[in-house]
Amino acid sequence: MAPALMAASFVAPVGGSWLARPAALACALAAILGAGLGLRRWHAGVDAAVGLITVVAGAAVPLMLLDGPGPFGAAAPGIWLFLAGWALVLWRMLSMFSGLARRGAGALAAPALFGVALLYLWQVLVVGFGVPQVLLPAPSQVGHVLVTQFDVFWLDFQQTFLKAVLGGYAIGGCAGFLVAVVADRVPFLRRGLLPLSGLVSAVPIVGIAPVLVMWFGFDWHSKAAVVVVVTFFPMLVNTLTGLAAADAMQRDLMRSYAASYVQTLLKLRLPAALPFVFNAMKINSTLALIAAIVAEFFGSPILGLGFRISAEVARLNVDVVWAVIAIAALAGSMFYGVIAVVERACTFWHPSYRA
Amino acid sequence: MTTEAVLSAAPPSTGIRHHVVPVAAILALLIAIWYAAAVWLNAPQVVDRFESDGKSWNARQLIEATWSMERPVLPAPHQIAHNFFETVFETPIDSKRSLVYHAGVTVSATLLGFVFGTALGVLLAVGIVHSPVLDRSLLPWIIASQTVPILAIAPMVVVVLGSLGFVGLFPKAVISMYLCFFPVTIGMVKGLRSPDPLQLDLMRSYSATRAQMLRKLRWPAATDFLFASLKVAIATSLVGAIVGELPTGAQAGLGARLLSGSYYGQTIQIWSALIMASIVGVVLVALVGVAERLVARHMGRPQ
Repeated sequence: MAPALMAASFVAPVGGSWLARPAALACALAAILGAGLGLRRWHAGVDAAVGLITVVAGAAVPLMLLDGPGPFGAAAPGIWLFLAGWALVLWRMLSMFSGLARRGAGALAAPALFGVALLYLWQVLVVGFGVPQVLLPAPSQVGHVLVTQFDVFWLDFQQTFLKAVLGGYAIGGCAGFLVAVVADRVPFLRRGLLPLSGLVSAVPIVGIAPVLVMWFGFDWHSKAAVVVVVTFFPMLVNTLTGLAAADAMQRDLMRSYAASYVQTLLKLRLPAALPFVFNAMKINSTLALIAAIVAEFFGSPILGLGFRISAEVARLNVDVVWAVIAIAALAGSMFYGVIAVVERACTFWHPSYRA
Repeated sequence: MTTEAVLSAAPPSTGIRHHVVPVAAILALLIAIWYAAAVWLNAPQVVDRFESDGKSWNARQLIEATWSMERPVLPAPHQIAHNFFETVFETPIDSKRSLVYHAGVTVSATLLGFVFGTALGVLLAVGIVHSPVLDRSLLPWIIASQTVPILAIAPMVVVVLGSLGFVGLFPKAVISMYLCFFPVTIGMVKGLRSPDPLQLDLMRSYSATRAQMLRKLRWPAATDFLFASLKVAIATSLVGAIVGELPTGAQAGLGARLLSGSYYGQTIQIWSALIMASIVGVVLVALVGVAERLVARHMGRPQ
C-alpha cells in the first residue's frame, strides 16, 4: 500500500519536474525502495533501520519540492499522495517502536518520533497550502523568531517564571501545607475548611487577578499573589487527604511506642502524606504558570510572557506569540519534570514505583 | 428494604449537621476579617478625603466611610451583596447591566465547549484504549499538552478565529474545549481499562467483537470515572469561557465584566461578577452531580 501510493505520486503533478531536482528524485526512490523492503519482515534490527531510512528519506522529499515560490495546495497532488504513503510507513514505525520496552530510552522512542512527525507535518502543510502567517506560522518561522529575539524572551522569562511563578508557588504551597497541618490538628477547622475548599475548586479563581493587580501594582508582586491564591487550595486539600492516609494499624503502633503527636507526625504521617503533597505540587506547577500569564493580561510592566502575548496578538505577530507559548510549554514541562524526579527520589517506597 | 433505606439515608444527614457549624463559623470569621480588611485597605483614601475637606473626624465616621465608598480598594460584603442583588433581580434580564444576561452568555459558551470537549475526550480515550500505537505515542503528548498554558493561547485563538469570521460563542467554546478534553481523556482511559481481565476474557470467550465489548462492558464500567472527570471538566470549561472573553473587547459575559471593571476601577462590579462566576461554577458542578445520580439510578447501582 505504502510503496504503491508513493509510486503513484510520480504520475500526478508535483508542482515542478522531478528531473529538475535530482536530489529529491533520489530520496523519493530510496523511500519507495525502503517502503517496498518494509513489506516483508526481516530481522527486527534490519526492519527498524530500513524503516528509519525510509521515513527520513521520505520526509526530505516534500521539503525539497516545496522550497519553490508560492503555495502548492491543489496544484501538486503528487506531493500529498507521496505524503500519504509516507504516513503509512511512519505508522508502521510507530507500532514497531510501541512494542519496545516500557522502561528506559525505549519508552521514549515512539512519543519522540510522533512529536517530531507532528512538527514536520505542521511545517509541510502550512508551507504547502500557503496558510497565511497570521493564522498559523510554520514551526521553522517560530524557531527563527525564538533564536533572533532570545534576549527579549529571556527577560520575559525572568519576570514571569523566575520571579512571579516560583515566588508565588513557594509561598502558596508552603501556606497551604502549614494550614493543612494546623487544620489536621484542630478537627473543627478541618470540618469547616474541607467543604469550603471543595467549593473553591468549582470557582474560577483566575477571576481574582484584576483585583490583586489593583492591590499589588503592575509589577511581578501582583502576579505572585495570584499564584499564591491559585496554588493554596490544591495543596491544602491534598495535604489534608494525605495526613489521613496513614492507616489505623500504623497509628496504633506509634501509640504503643508512646510516640508524641509531633513524633507521629514527623515519622509516620508526613512521610505517608508525601505522595499527596507531590501530587499537589505537580498540579500546582501548571496552574501557577497559567495563573501568572493570565494575571499579566490585566496589567503589567512592558515585559513578561503574558504581556508579550497580549502585545504581539494585538500587532498580529503570531509567530512571536507561538514562540512565547513554546517557551512557556517548555518551562512548564521542565518544572513538572523536575518535580516528578524529586518525587521519585523522595517516595521511592510507594507502590506505584515498585512495580 | 426500609431499614436499608434508613441506614443509607442516615450518614449524610448527620454528615451535613456535622459540617454546618464549623463551616458557618469559618464563613463568619472570613466575613469579619473582610470587614476589618475593608477598613484597613480603604482608610488611607478616606483619611485623605477628610483632610482635604478640612473636616474633623472620629473612628466611627471613618469606619462608616470606608464601608460605603464608591470605588473602594476592597468593597465591604454588604456593598457587593447590594450590587449583586441590584444587577441580578432589579435589572431586566435583557439589559446590558444585568448580571444574569452576562452569566447567560458565559454559560452558553461554557456548555458548548463542554459538549465539544467531552466528545473529543471520549473519542481520544476510545482510540487510545483500542490502539497500542496511539497509547504509546499520543498519550504522552496529551499529558505534555497539559503543561502548556493553554489559557495563554486564549487571546490568540479568539483573535485568529475572529479574523476567519468566527465571532461570538464559537471561539470561547473552542478554548473551553481545549481545557476540558484533557480530564475526560485521562479519566476515560482509566475507566475503559477498569473492567478486570476476567470479565474481558469472558467477553472474549463469548466471541464478542471489540465494539460489543466497548458498549456492554467497558462503557458501563467507565461511568464513575466519566462523571468524576466531567465535574473537573465543567469547572475548567467555565474558566476557559471567562478567560476567552477577556480579549474580545469586553462586550458581554462575566470575563468582560471583570475586564471592564478593572479598566474603570469599578471594584464592586468586579466582585459581584466574581461572586456570580462562583455561583455558576458551583451550580454547574452540582448539575453534573445530579446527572450522575440519575444515571446511577437508571443503571440500578447502589448510591
